[in-house]
Amino acid sequence: MSIRWQLSLSVLVLALTGCATPPPPPPAAPSADELDAMGSRPAPGIEATRERSPLDDPASPLYRKVVYFEYDAARIQPQYAGLLRAHADYIYNTPGVEVTLEGHSDERGTREYNLALGDRRSDAVKRFLMAEGVPEKRIRTLSYGEERPADPGRTERAWSENRRVELVY
Amino acid sequence: MQRQSLVSVSMLFGLCMLAAVGQAQARLTIEVTGGVEGAQPIAIVPFGDVDGARPGVDVANVISADLTRSGRFRAMARREMLALPHRQEDVDFREWQLLGMNNLLIGEVRPAEGGGYDLSWRLFDVFSGDQLAARSLSSTERGLRHAAHRIADQVYEILTGERGVFATRLAYVTSRDRSVDSRVILRVSDSDGYNPQTIVDSAEPILSPAWSPDGRRLAYVSFENRQPSIYIQELATGRRQRVASYEGINGSPAFSPDGRRLAMTLSKDGSPDVYLMDLASGNLTQLTDHYAIDTEPAWSPDGRHLVFTSDRGGRPQIYRVAASGGPAERLTYEGEYNAAASYSPDGQYLVMVTRVGGRFRIALTDAQGGSRRLLSNGALDESPSFAPNGSMVIYASENNGRGVLSVTPIAGGAGQRLSQEVGEVREPAWSPFPR
Repeated sequence: MSIRWQLSLSVLVLALTGCATPPPPPPAAPSADELDAMGSRPAPGIEATRERSPLDDPASPLYRKVVYFEYDAARIQPQYAGLLRAHADYIYNTPGVEVTLEGHSDERGTREYNLALGDRRSDAVKRFLMAEGVPEKRIRTLSYGEERPADPGRTERAWSENRRVELVY
Repeated sequence: MQRQSLVSVSMLFGLCMLAAVGQAQARLTIEVTGGVEGAQPIAIVPFGDVDGARPGVDVANVISADLTRSGRFRAMARREMLALPHRQEDVDFREWQLLGMNNLLIGEVRPAEGGGYDLSWRLFDVFSGDQLAARSLSSTERGLRHAAHRIADQVYEILTGERGVFATRLAYVTSRDRSVDSRVILRVSDSDGYNPQTIVDSAEPILSPAWSPDGRRLAYVSFENRQPSIYIQELATGRRQRVASYEGINGSPAFSPDGRRLAMTLSKDGSPDVYLMDLASGNLTQLTDHYAIDTEPAWSPDGRHLVFTSDRGGRPQIYRVAASGGPAERLTYEGEYNAAASYSPDGQYLVMVTRVGGRFRIALTDAQGGSRRLLSNGALDESPSFAPNGSMVIYASENNGRGVLSVTPIAGGAGQRLSQEVGEVREPAWSPFPR
């Protein structure tokens, strides 16, 4: 277990034990955009009364939900193993949570081949999560191929941002 | 295993077609690119309106534009004509000879009994004064542009020996830009960009339109409701059917030449493989079975084989398999990336996307995958397919950073660029000949 993961865990434990009384069920978890809109300083009265999902906590390893791939490849690169294990643990340990793995490619090459490539990438992540114990029925895969670029630019950097699988909860 | 129903999952009526009626004319405009040396001079005289006919379409103008767009002809400007005959007895061939014309087309439009029009036309060789053809056809008011395209097709065939494709249609996908919030629209228009008709309009991706052999239906992939599905839609009614919506990919639809089967790519059993669906029963047959990517199936014109893209050898290459199944044979060896192959109408050639020096270009090979010849010079060219007469290839490319369509003749010569004033155009598919 990485030091970062341990730190995040202890932050999480502190946050949980810091709540004197169980918070009322939140109406809905704020989206990433809403969280960004709040700025880095938590709005008073919200943080104190509501437990934030680790998925939305920048300090949690679960905050990162994208893994990137090499060109025309669907192999999971070693640097993403920790991130994916954290998500596997979270899904495994959190009843009712399901994940959609959205596979994407860069724009180079044909659209249908890229759709297949995105499918291979989301399938690779699915297999990784299943190897970590996540039941298949809690995973859905969806390939967008090159149709949904994260960065519509035409640079190597944009392309590398687009070769990805997003974990969508 | 996911339980999925096959056919008749939903029968929806394309309301979007009604919406299209009131839509602004966001049509494709076409410019001729490249040299037009050797274009034959032809005079297409304005058709005479006889017996009180008042057609809403300038038929001669449509014919002129068609023939000029082909790059094979140079239609004379009207203001340069010394006379505007529409009857044979009024033609003075010496006059047209002096104007440097090879051929002359004249015609008349008259009201037909019971509405619509009768169109008659004559084509002459200016040097000999010989009449090459004299024909007539009837048309509704709405069908006048189509009638003009059919005349252009016949003139083109008489003078070049090759069947014309002016009376065909194009399917394509368009969007405002490449951003995620841009709506995606599948359209069908005439081959000259007129009469754009919206087939489906969505906030989610649409791709891979494929014509049925009778030209009446389109199969396509749509991500509506965040689920990629293959639909078949009847153009005249807008009625559509979702034929495949399995877990994973539902892509690359391709009608068999007899229209009874649809080839497609599904990844429901793990990896993307090619399947054949019998459209009457909805029964699926798995055609390829490999842990690598198998996709982009395309039928040979005789329906006996399919080519497809596979990276089973490490990189995407073109393979061929019998429609009845069996082992796949690799066809392409030149280059590290060959994909999206399809046959010429005579089955002699394949057109595909190939990567050369980091650029994705369109290439032509023989049906065995050999003798590669590059047809395009872009950086991100894709989605090539043949015109139904086999003389040209249409593909998606870029011009000044915008998605446009390009048409290039196999034999060389002038090409065409089809673009919208605003927005991106991609995923072209040329209709079969009208029946």
